Amino acid sequence: MADLSATLFDLGRLDRLADGDTPVHRLDPRAKLLATLLFLVCVVSFDRYAVAGLLPFLLFPVTIIALAELPAGYLLKKMLLVAPLAVLVGIANPWFDPAPLLRIGPLTLSGGWVSYVSILLRFALTVTAALALIATTGFHGVCVALRRIGVPAPMTVQLLLAYRYLFVLVSEGVRMVRARSLRSFHRRGEGLAAYGSLIGHLLLRTVERAQRIHRAMLARGFSGELHSVTPLRFRRQDTIFLLGWSAAFLFFRLVNVPQWLGRLVAPG
Amino acid sequence: MSHHLVELADLSYAYPDGTEALRAVSFRITHGESVALVGANGAGKSTLLMHLNGVLLPQSGAVRIGEVPVTRATLPEIRRSVGMVFQDADDQLFMPTVYEDVAFGPLNLGLPPAEVERRVSDALARVGAEGLRARPPHHLSGGEKRNVAIATVLAMRPDVLVMDEPGTSLDPLARKRLISLLNSFEHTKIIATHDLDLVLDVCQRTIVMHEGTITADGPTLEVFRDEALLARSHLEKPLRMQACPICQRPGL
Ligand SMILES: Nc1ncnc2c1ncn2[C@@H]1O[C@H](COP(=O)(O)OP(=O)(O)OP(=O)(O)O)[C@@H](O)[C@H]1O
Ligand SMILES: [Mg+2]
Repeated sequence: MADLSATLFDLGRLDRLADGDTPVHRLDPRAKLLATLLFLVCVVSFDRYAVAGLLPFLLFPVTIIALAELPAGYLLKKMLLVAPLAVLVGIANPWFDPAPLLRIGPLTLSGGWVSYVSILLRFALTVTAALALIATTGFHGVCVALRRIGVPAPMTVQLLLAYRYLFVLVSEGVRMVRARSLRSFHRRGEGLAAYGSLIGHLLLRTVERAQRIHRAMLARGFSGELHSVTPLRFRRQDTIFLLGWSAAFLFFRLVNVPQWLGRLVAPG
Repeated sequence: MSHHLVELADLSYAYPDGTEALRAVSFRITHGESVALVGANGAGKSTLLMHLNGVLLPQSGAVRIGEVPVTRATLPEIRRSVGMVFQDADDQLFMPTVYEDVAFGPLNLGLPPAEVERRVSDALARVGAEGLRARPPHHLSGGEKRNVAIATVLAMRPDVLVMDEPGTSLDPLARKRLISLLNSFEHTKIIATHDLDLVLDVCQRTIVMHEGTITADGPTLEVFRDEALLARSHLEKPLRMQACPICQRPGL
């Protein structure tokens, strides 16, 4: 169970990184959010065999991580935590699509393998960009920005609460499992039935606690609108950041930069 | 119009599962009074307090804060004037940092940023938690959480302060600070607690509850001297009022 608390603690660290004070942290959350959204749209909209075309997009997360002085190793670990999902999603591709597509020297790659690599690459790009956004803006900041660009309040509040309840759920779970293992003297417990009731209790307790938290929010005048501690101000650097990256993303999307460079170096 | 008045008239409440938590409770608390609500576990203290800021709405009877009855329509106004510290501090802290948590209420009041900042610093200083500003609340110790929870309410500058078990999980120094903090709050306060010694220090008036009804309501010292009543309500005289166990000198 120590692992679970450690994971939770780690998640909290993502939010704490947002307390940093670098030019990237100081950007308006809306500028970062919009740039990241455009980034996601561009990356996801590539065709299924795209690999080389995706590579230039690495520039965005790498630049953000460097400028915001984020711990790259930590973000990488967070990404690997969710990686099994992507690995599973594309795992069958090589079997379904065995037609040879790409030849690199003596190696021939089937369409399936290429699309699999493409999926993994897209996954890595989108997850690192999202992590970098949260680590420089904070989850709360992201929600405030979503609200300010027109996402309805109930949705952004739900999102924020879901994130907060994740912590609640995990810490309730940690407490219950600890209580149980103390009473069962670290034996393996009483089998599936005990686990079933444990999970049932956990859900009930989480719902109850969620209700109490919501009450406490109402008690302090919460009316469904999120407010941010520092009022948002869209300044010149925000415009430059947003326009600059948007132009870059569109360029990367429309022009296959590696291919184009290749042709530049070795014409014909 | 004074908001500092709290009045309950024949308030009853049963939980959805049928538990009758309050049965025709009535009292009137006037401006500046400091009132303790004591009683055994399950007596109905928390349930009563939750009616004071409209977390629960009266099923029968009425609650009035100042001239305003607590109804769905008056909730925003009620919540501006009644500040509530909940029994479990974990329920009260939900933002990523202590600072943001304390700022949550003032921001909802629509205050300008400079004023929010002033209130947050002031509230944190009053509970001695300035150093915790940037910490995430879910990683604080029980007592630190309690202090921050109190700060979140102080920052809203309520007219009536309602606290459910404010003394639990505080170390002796923090408890002393809490007592002087409570004494420095000049408006109406209502405190539910099992810490009768704290009551002696803070509250002139005590209301005793038992199984959803009020069994006594009067000056704290008078109530605590009625041993039969205390026994009936599953309470014990505060230590200071008991004879000294070593020298047998009589207590307060
Ligand atoms: N959500 C609920 N659903 C059903 N019954 C409840 C609920 N909450 C409290 N009760 C019951 O209502 C009664 C009063 O509970 P309440 O929490 O008000 O007591 P309390 O005086 O605050 O006790 P404590 O000193 O333990 O905090 C108890 O019998 C309790 O079991
Ligand atoms: Mg209670």
